[in-house]
Amino acid sequence: MSVLPYPLLSLSLVLMWMTLNSFTIGHLILGGIIATFASWGMAALRPHKPRIRRWHLLPHLIAIVLYDIVRSNIAVVSIIVTGRRRRHRSGFMTIHLELKDPTALAILAVILTSTPGTAWLEYNSSDGSLLMHVLDLVEEQEWTDLVKNRYERLLMEIFE
Amino acid sequence: MSVTILYYALTAAHVILSIAMALALLRMIRGPRAQDRVLGLDTLYVNSMLLLLTFGIGSGRTIYFEAALIIGLLGFVATVALAKFLMRGEVIE
Amino acid sequence: MSQAADLPLWAAIAVCFFLLLGATLALIGTIGLTRLPSFYERLHAPTLGTSWGTGGVVMASMIFFTVTGARPVFHEILIGIFVTVTTPVTLMLLAQAALHRDRAEGNANVPPSATAGTASGKDAPAAGAAD
Repeated sequence: MSVLPYPLLSLSLVLMWMTLNSFTIGHLILGGIIATFASWGMAALRPHKPRIRRWHLLPHLIAIVLYDIVRSNIAVVSIIVTGRRRRHRSGFMTIHLELKDPTALAILAVILTSTPGTAWLEYNSSDGSLLMHVLDLVEEQEWTDLVKNRYERLLMEIFE
Repeated sequence: MSVTILYYALTAAHVILSIAMALALLRMIRGPRAQDRVLGLDTLYVNSMLLLLTFGIGSGRTIYFEAALIIGLLGFVATVALAKFLMRGEVIE
Repeated sequence: MSQAADLPLWAAIAVCFFLLLGATLALIGTIGLTRLPSFYERLHAPTLGTSWGTGGVVMASMIFFTVTGARPVFHEILIGIFVTVTTPVTLMLLAQAALHRDRAEGNANVPPSATAGTASGKDAPAAGAAD
């Protein structure tokens, strides 16, 4: 086992420690000790490191997600404000994912759940089927396209 | 000029967030099932964190932001624990 | 309110805009929480408050303290990252708990488990530390 199994994690922990306290030598040393122990604990918990193959696509993904969050915020606000007058249909739907990498699946889950209007409910790793709930389920194919073409393809390019 | 604008905006934000907290509390009391109450509690935590942030803007003191961080942390842990309990504890009320 | 006196007007307007945007989004999310009819629909409502509701208030605070130069804005960035990462985890766990309870009680309006028994194995890897 190397001294620092997770250098990025340790670095961000030191940075967080120093921003919450102050930028002095004493806090650098204290934060460094804590970050080292935390990364050892992390290594004991999870031996598999996530591998990111294409770093340069990450900003693209973040931009897409931020834009979609703004768009779906507006959509959900209009559903809640207009309320019962305009009937919306919500429902469950199943999507078959080809994504297998656990980190990529975690990122997809965070994206889908933090976007208002879609919620990740259940993923079955044996056949790759995902159960999700959609607030405005007018066109099921549209949501399938959104998940498969917009997010999953990009995540597969980044991670696989 | 800008002091007046900020004062009114902050007061309005306080009122809006307080109403939001009251509504979340209403959902927490009304239920009807345990998961609705937990969801209401989570929303209450988030709204109170936002309220503390607006207090922090009004007073300019760092202590409010640290309090907001701690409320965020506690809310997360509390909701995760309650959800885990709903999954593994007594299933049928 | 002491630092606000040397705040230029454009910054004050920007701070007010983001502050009211964030607060209003949080309120609308909570209204949705009280008005929507079923639990799975209500699950979508709080994400309004946690995505752009928090984003707006955090942005207002960052603009205010950057322009007045009163203090560094690391707390806001940390709060923003923290809320973005933790909310999906809580909502996913809550949704799974609700699904589990509905299935255990035999409610007809939830879809059945794809494979009975070991359905929820590794579906929340983001919750690694929480599991």
